[in-house]
Parts: sequence; C-alpha cells; structure tokens
Amino acid sequence: MSEPALNHFSPNRRAWRRFRQNRPAVISAYFLAGLLLAIIAWPLLLKAAGGGFAQIHNPNQLSDGQFLPPGAQHWFGTDVHGRDVFSRVLSGAQISLLVGVVGTLVSLLIGVVWGAVAGYVGGRTDGFLMRVVDVLYSLPSIIFVIVLITTLGELMKHLPLVEQSPALGRQIRVLLLFAGLGSVSWLTMARIVRGQVLSLRTRAFVEASRTLGAGTPMILVRHIIPNIFGVVITYLALTMPAIILYESFLSFLGLGVEPPMASWGTLISEGVAQINPIRVYWWLIIFPGGILVSTLLALNFLGDGLRDAWDVKGR
Amino acid sequence: MYFVKRIALAIPLLLVISALAFVLVHLAPGGPFDRERAPASPEIERNLNAKYHLDEPIWKQYGRYLGDLAHGDFGVSLKYRNHTVNDIIAQGLPVSLTLGGLAFCFAMGIGLTTGFFTAARRGGWEDYVGSFLSVLAVCVPGFVLAPLLILIFAVKLKWLPVALWGSPWHMILPVLALGLYFGGKVARLTREGMLQAMQAEFITAARAKGLGENGLLWRHAFRIAVLPVASYSGPMLADLLTGSFIIENIFQIPGIGVFLVNSSLNRDYTVVVGLSLLYAVLLVGLNLAVDFAYRWLDPRVKYE
Repeated sequence: MSEPALNHFSPNRRAWRRFRQNRPAVISAYFLAGLLLAIIAWPLLLKAAGGGFAQIHNPNQLSDGQFLPPGAQHWFGTDVHGRDVFSRVLSGAQISLLVGVVGTLVSLLIGVVWGAVAGYVGGRTDGFLMRVVDVLYSLPSIIFVIVLITTLGELMKHLPLVEQSPALGRQIRVLLLFAGLGSVSWLTMARIVRGQVLSLRTRAFVEASRTLGAGTPMILVRHIIPNIFGVVITYLALTMPAIILYESFLSFLGLGVEPPMASWGTLISEGVAQINPIRVYWWLIIFPGGILVSTLLALNFLGDGLRDAWDVKGR
Repeated sequence: MYFVKRIALAIPLLLVISALAFVLVHLAPGGPFDRERAPASPEIERNLNAKYHLDEPIWKQYGRYLGDLAHGDFGVSLKYRNHTVNDIIAQGLPVSLTLGGLAFCFAMGIGLTTGFFTAARRGGWEDYVGSFLSVLAVCVPGFVLAPLLILIFAVKLKWLPVALWGSPWHMILPVLALGLYFGGKVARLTREGMLQAMQAEFITAARAKGLGENGLLWRHAFRIAVLPVASYSGPMLADLLTGSFIIENIFQIPGIGVFLVNSSLNRDYTVVVGLSLLYAVLLVGLNLAVDFAYRWLDPRVKYE
C-alpha cells in the first residue's frame, strides 16, 4: 500500500512514517528503550543512594535471606545465596544485550561485506562466495558453536595472561561468545544483501551515475549502501533476538558466561537447579524468563514493523 | 539428474564437516584421560594414548577414523570405554527421534491449524489473538517453557511426572516444551503463505467462477500456503533433533543430546565427531528429502 500523499518523501522517510503507525512496533521500541535506561540507570542509582539500600540490592551481595519471595524489599525475591533477583536480572541483561548487540554487529559486518562483494563483483567470485554460504548453511550451527566455544575457551584458560587474572578470562569468554555467535549468524544477511545489490546494480539510476563518470566506491557509497539500508536494519532487528537466544541457550548449558558474571541464561539455569517437590521458587524462573521473553517479543515486533515499513520481501 | 548431483555434492560436504569437527576437538588442550579417577602415571597415559592412537599425527588419526567410518564403525568412546559410539547412538537415537518426531507432529498440527484459522479470519479478533500467540510461542525458549510446565503440571498440580522417559505420560511435557516454538513458526509461515496466496490471480479467477470462500481457502490457497512450510520442515526436523538436548537435559531424558554436551566438555573426541557427523547427515538428508517432496507438492517447480 503506498499513500499517494507521501510520494514527495524519500523512500526512507516514507518507511519511517509507516513504521510510526505500527502500534506494536512503536510500543516495543519504547519498551526496549525503557529496559536500556533501567539497565544503565539502576547501578548509578544504587551508587547515588548508597548505604543500606545499595547493600541490599547489590547483585553480588550475599546475605542470609535465602529464597525470600518477592516483597517490598526484594521486588523479585532473592536467590539461593540471598542475592537480590531484581538487580541480578538487570545486571544479567547487560551481558545478554551486550552479546546480542555486538554479535549482531559482527554478523552485520561479515554479512554485508560478503554479500555486497558477491553481488557487486559477480562472476566467479560471486559463485565461490555463495557456495561457501551454502556449505555453512548445511552445518549444524549450534553444535559447531558448542565445539568451537569449548575448544577456544579451553585454549584461553592456558594463556599466561588469563591464568593470572580470572576476571580477564571471563571477559575474554564473553568476547568469544560475540565472535562465535556473530560468525554463525551472518549467512542470511549475506544472501539478502547479495540479492539486493544484484538487482540495484543494473537499475537505471546506477547506470546513469556510471555514465556520468562515477567510480565504484562512489556508486557503492552514494547508491548501493543507502538503498540496502532498509533491508539491513530489518534483518538486524530479526538477527538480534536469535543471538540473544543463542547466548542464553549456551549459558544455560554452562558453556556461555561463567559465574559470578550473570546473563539471563545462567539466571534461568540457576532457577531450574532449584526445582524441587517441596518448595516452589517460581520467582527464580518467572522474572528472568519473563524479561527474556518480553525482550525477544519486543525485538520481533520491532523487526516485523521495520519489515512492513520498508516492504522487505521474506527470504 | 539434479538429485544425483545433490547427493554427489553431499559426500564431500560431509567429509569437510567431519574434518572440521575432528580438527576442532583435537585443537583443544587437555585430553580425554585428564579427568580419570586417579591421576595416571606418565607411563599409563602413554599407553592409553598409544592404544587409542592419540600419539600419532592428527592427519594419520583422521585417516584411520575415516577408514573405520567406511566400515560403519564410529569408534570407541574415550570416556565410557566399554561403550562404542555406535552403542551410544543405538541407545540414544531412538529416544531422541521419538521425542523429535512427536514434537514435529505437534508443531505441524497446531501450527497449520492456527495459521489457517488466523488467515481465514483476517483482521478479526481471532486473528489478533492467534497471531499474538504464535509470536509469543516463537519468543518463549524451551528452557523457560520447560521449567514452567514442570512447576505447574508436575510439581504444583501433580498431574504429570516431573522427568524421565518411559510411559506416554512422560512424553507430554517434553513434547510440548520442544514443539511449541516450532508450532509458532509454522503458524506464522502458514498465515503469511495463505495471505499471499489469496492475492494470487488464480484465486480471483476461481472466485469469479463462483467458488465459495471455504472452497477457495481449502482447495486453492492452503495448497500453496503449505509450500513454505514444507521447505521449512527439513531444517525444522533437524533443529528439533539437535535442539532437543536442552529439553533432554531438563527432563533427564536418555537421548543423544546429553552425550553431545558432556562429551565436548570431556574431550571425548570420538563421540563429539561421531555425533556432529550424525547431525550433519540428518540435516543434509532431510534437506534433500524436502527438495524431493517440494517437486511433488508443487509441479510448477523445475530443477535445472
């Protein structure tokens, strides 16, 4: 559906207008912005408040109050070590979202460059690059991530630098997660970008630009990249939930981030470990799980909204 | 001809996968005998390594592995030394296949129905509720859903067993937890396919000839709408089989998924490579099967 009244706007401006009319997508965008704000503001608030309040809500502060149900003092209850679950969910969100964002950027970088080169250069290069993508598509990706991460994680442990400081080792592990997850998630992006570039390359305005003397870099920067913007941003929004899910999946299995660092996956797995027939500690699963699910939901709505706004065709 | 080519291409692909898995696990420091009960003396370790040919250069080991593989022998597990990898597969695979197969049927049943129904009631409240539920299903990972199901139906209401595998009652919760995500995916694909099909020209033609709305939906639109679902079903089945290890973990189900994670932590080289290869064969095989099915479902498709 194209609104005739909007035709004097550029395609990107028109897409933004359409996007703003999509209520679930806009609500999702606000939700994500709010979550981001909470993640950033909460530690600052604790630091500013100081004293007992900060002590109680410190995500790493152990206390005697084990398994307290949600209440006025601990909004999401406490866990097996008496730590405040609310603060832990927010600090877990830092890692989960960080891995999601950086992993997505890694996949963006590889996917766009790979696809753009294949589409623009064409010929034998294109054939080779796309064959590689086909092969990688038929790998059982999650298994390779598991094998890759255990292997590299084990290699890292023996670095002299890591042996000296375990904290550094944990951070390197998170970096590993970025790289590993990004490197298996760029395939769809590469295919989509290649298809777009292929069809753009022969369009009249690109030909016109070339006849006027524009070189390859000029055409790429002025015409190709602005025109694949919509597709790329849509797939970014759809790749991110997949990577967040991957990360929590791996952390759940104990292969992702290591304690005392927390991500949503490790929090949920801690909750699952406490399932017993006598007492039900539902808050250990509901709250981290609920935030994870709402974030994924918001990202999905956002992605769908962007796709509709830019009218991106499905795979 | 096309399929002969595809099958011929699958063999080098599987070789590449096995080589990649082989090199990756052997790259990791530490060997399979590091976590023995008593710390082995150097001689014992040397003998163990010699027995399992771990002292040879890696290309030689890989060659030996391929040779055994050609005879259908996946080797002996280095951790559970009285089990061969063939044993592990023979014990675990039927369980994983049952779980995956049931979840597949569940996902297809609920997904196709929901997708069809929401598309037929497009714009109505049923559409909104159904579509929301299918997005929700896609966003609730199995490791969140499974503990919730256990807490509600097993711990609180005590209707179903908490874990393990055996009677059909044991299967309900794992199948639900595993299948719901894919049900949501199938529902979304079906709905999208139906809506696209309803705009096709042959639908307009059929409508102009006076065919009723129900006939249109069933006889024409649905047959086109299942095509994207069919092409998704190959990777989906593979995902159901590979993705099941988290569910197997939570419900303590004796499938092969549990072995994969443990063996990769234990440096149990033969098991890791064997299982990776098994999954790769499943994935490649299922994708091929889907392409076959596609030709049969949609006669318009021609392969080069």
